Amino acid sequence: MMKTQSPLLSRRTMLRLGAVSVSMLMIPRIAAATEDEMNEAINAMFGDRVITEGRVNVDLPPIAENGFSVPIDIFIDSPMTEDDYVKQIVVFSPRNPLPVLAQYHLTPMSGRADVSARIRLGGTQSIRVIAEMNDGTLWSGAKQTLVTLAACVID
Amino acid sequence: MRLLAACFLFVGAACSPQTTQREPDFPIEASLRVSGSSFLTPETVAQQNDDFENPGYLWVERGADLFEQGETSCEGCHKNGLEGVATHYPAFDTGTQTLVNLEGRINLCRTRHQGLTALPYESDQLLSLTAFVAEQSRGLPISVEVTPQTQSAFESGGAYFMTRRGQLNLACTQCHDDNWGKQLRGDTISQGHSNGFPAYRFEWEDFGSLHRRLHDCDTGVRAEPMELGSQTYIDLEFYLAVRASGLELESPGIRR
Amino acid sequence: MTTIRLSVPETADRGEIIELRAMIQHEMESGFRFGSRGEMIPQDIITKFECFYNGTLVFSSDFHPGVAANPILKFYARANESGSFEFVWTDQNGQSWSDSAQIEVS
Ligand code: HEC
Ligand code: HEC
Repeated sequence: MMKTQSPLLSRRTMLRLGAVSVSMLMIPRIAAATEDEMNEAINAMFGDRVITEGRVNVDLPPIAENGFSVPIDIFIDSPMTEDDYVKQIVVFSPRNPLPVLAQYHLTPMSGRADVSARIRLGGTQSIRVIAEMNDGTLWSGAKQTLVTLAACVID
Repeated sequence: MRLLAACFLFVGAACSPQTTQREPDFPIEASLRVSGSSFLTPETVAQQNDDFENPGYLWVERGADLFEQGETSCEGCHKNGLEGVATHYPAFDTGTQTLVNLEGRINLCRTRHQGLTALPYESDQLLSLTAFVAEQSRGLPISVEVTPQTQSAFESGGAYFMTRRGQLNLACTQCHDDNWGKQLRGDTISQGHSNGFPAYRFEWEDFGSLHRRLHDCDTGVRAEPMELGSQTYIDLEFYLAVRASGLELESPGIRR
Repeated sequence: MTTIRLSVPETADRGEIIELRAMIQHEMESGFRFGSRGEMIPQDIITKFECFYNGTLVFSSDFHPGVAANPILKFYARANESGSFEFVWTDQNGQSWSDSAQIEVS
């Protein structure tokens, strides 16, 4: 529902609200990972093996409520049989303090390569997901999400 | 826009049951009152409404366990459940001649009927029991009226809501009556209703009481917050409950 | 006290792919937050999640500080036989919590 008759913020109140947001945001900043650090982490895990884009579908809300608990769904196109299945899924971030967020290990008994979870995001970023198949091939997908800050970050 | 508002008023008046008692006047007229959940993303609303995905149910479930425990269990005296009860709180307790909220009522049952000590405010056990009782009123409209016995609590709660405080010199009403719907650094200010609580807040990464939320708003304007469970906050909670009457109880709510 | 919630279908057809959901109450303290006096709050997280189907590991996960508090997971399994699904969470100090649910496969 839209508000129809709100009195406009007076300039004075506006300034005060501005002060609120700044003071409410005094969380000390932790050095965040960078794109390079993420790539290093990918390299540490998979060496110089070829990573092909595709087969990995990453679903994140376009705008997250905030960064504390963002729903992520990962679906990989795979028959999930004894001969052809997804062995491992790794979620990477270029902006969180640590570049590896979570790893999932699947088996042919999984039946379907589909995992949903909730992750923390230290800001707007493009999450990269790499899937390792049982034959050793690597596939990847990515999704960008906008993380708006909460106004009242207290304590 | 005017016309739209007028239509809303009309529909609201046509649908709402006639109340005998005259409702107190609030800056936001009844037909424009909306829950805090209308300012959340559709994903979060869906999570709130899904009994499994909603993390608040971790506390509801624990509360259900606690409800059955012990020799004189809560269950023993409340076999028929407590559906609808939470919609009437805070309520006046004749025994102590005080206004108590749900947490206070549960603690009264512990001391009065179970011979146990009161649980500390915001303890996991008290939160869990409160969540379990509140959940039984999920989807029911809040229904709290001012009576002669609660008139003074309503007035002091209302005064707290209207009074500027803190280094930023802001009153609750300035944010939640005058500026709801506006952005405050990535957050949208809601009307500041109590119907989602106790609630799971992402920012807390935890489940908490309404008083914890009030504490956050007081701290936010750099005011000295009140003690959780204090009479000041119970009076304020009462004012908020009258103000939120008609809105559906959503506990365990999910909030940013 | 740690509360666990599971969602496992009570019945399934043989070979059916079923949805499993599991949630545990845990703060997943990241080790990247500061307390009110500016001190770093030490990391305290669950590091491993495992799902066993009649004793066989069918799915597992490594949690890092980027996993949200009160972690929830949804994943799938092929229902081949009646029995139980056991879910086990282990934290960084080796403490673990588990719960299980029965399934009837026909
Ligand atoms: C500087 C503006 C500001 C002031 C002043 C303020 N609040 Fe808030 N309040 C917020 C914001 C921002 C939120 C989080 C978003 C929202 O409105 O739900 C919030 C949330 C709330 C909520 C939770 C609403 C929900 O559905 O989750 C309640 C209740 C509340 N405030 C009550 C109060 C009370 C009572 C006071 C006075 C003691 C107060 N607020 C003062 C900004 C303010
Ligand atoms: C020995 C019986 C007994 C036990 C045990 C008991 N209660 Fe009660 N409860 C009552 C009675 C009687 C009332 C009515 C108010 C009063 O007289 O205290 C009541 C009132 C309530 C109410 C408010 C009902 C309303 O309509 O306003 C709630 C909520 C409640 N109890 C919850 C609990 C919980 C939670 C527990 C366990 C921690 C519990 N009770 C244990 C007897 C009991």
